[in-house]
Amino acid sequence: MSDQKKLAIIATKGTLDWAYPPFILASTAAALGYETQIFFTFYGLKLLDKKLDLQVTSLGNPGMPMPMPMPVLVQALPGMQSMMTSMMKQKMKSKGVASVEDLRDLCLEAEVKMVACQMTVDLFEMDPKNFIDGIEFGGAATFFEFAGESDICLYV
Amino acid sequence: MANFDQELDASGLNCPLPILRAKKTLGSMETGQILRIVATDPGSVKDFEAFSKQTGNELMESGEEGGKFTFLIKKA
Repeated sequence: MSDQKKLAIIATKGTLDWAYPPFILASTAAALGYETQIFFTFYGLKLLDKKLDLQVTSLGNPGMPMPMPMPVLVQALPGMQSMMTSMMKQKMKSKGVASVEDLRDLCLEAEVKMVACQMTVDLFEMDPKNFIDGIEFGGAATFFEFAGESDICLYV
Repeated sequence: MANFDQELDASGLNCPLPILRAKKTLGSMETGQILRIVATDPGSVKDFEAFSKQTGNELMESGEEGGKFTFLIKKA
């Protein structure tokens, strides 16, 4: 068992697009036989909500492919964020990309350990009842206990 | 095409779903049995090679058939 490879990930972002890397990598690593742990901190904790409501925005992200050129001030108009979110979800569905919910379920099924940053929970006064079941709470030292023995360690 | 014991149609699915589905299906199979996978994700060609190398499940065959990618994997 001790020769099992380990992957440690820190998930810090709470947007629809950035929810993918930690869950894709964790689920795949688990399928390859890695023992995997994700430490969710700051906005990354949004990925642990029972009911996910992740959004995507092009603001501050000039690299996002747009269907047509659009001035930043137009991108900032009310309703643009939800429009972009539903366009992104539609695109992902049409390309056979799994939903974040599905990937997260696959991670849980594969026994990927998920740890919520206790400090962030306190800081933003989050209600742990809103999080999915089966997660643990811990701090930086908890993360290093696992990460210190990991073969791969990623910050997303 | 050699015989196989089970087939998995991962057509239309994108990374990492074909690998995850394959892993799950292999989990329900016996050692030595062969799984045939059909996928449309071009990335799956390299990914199944890597999956096989890392998990020890032998990739017996990898090919293309009518625009789809097919794989034969023997469970270790």
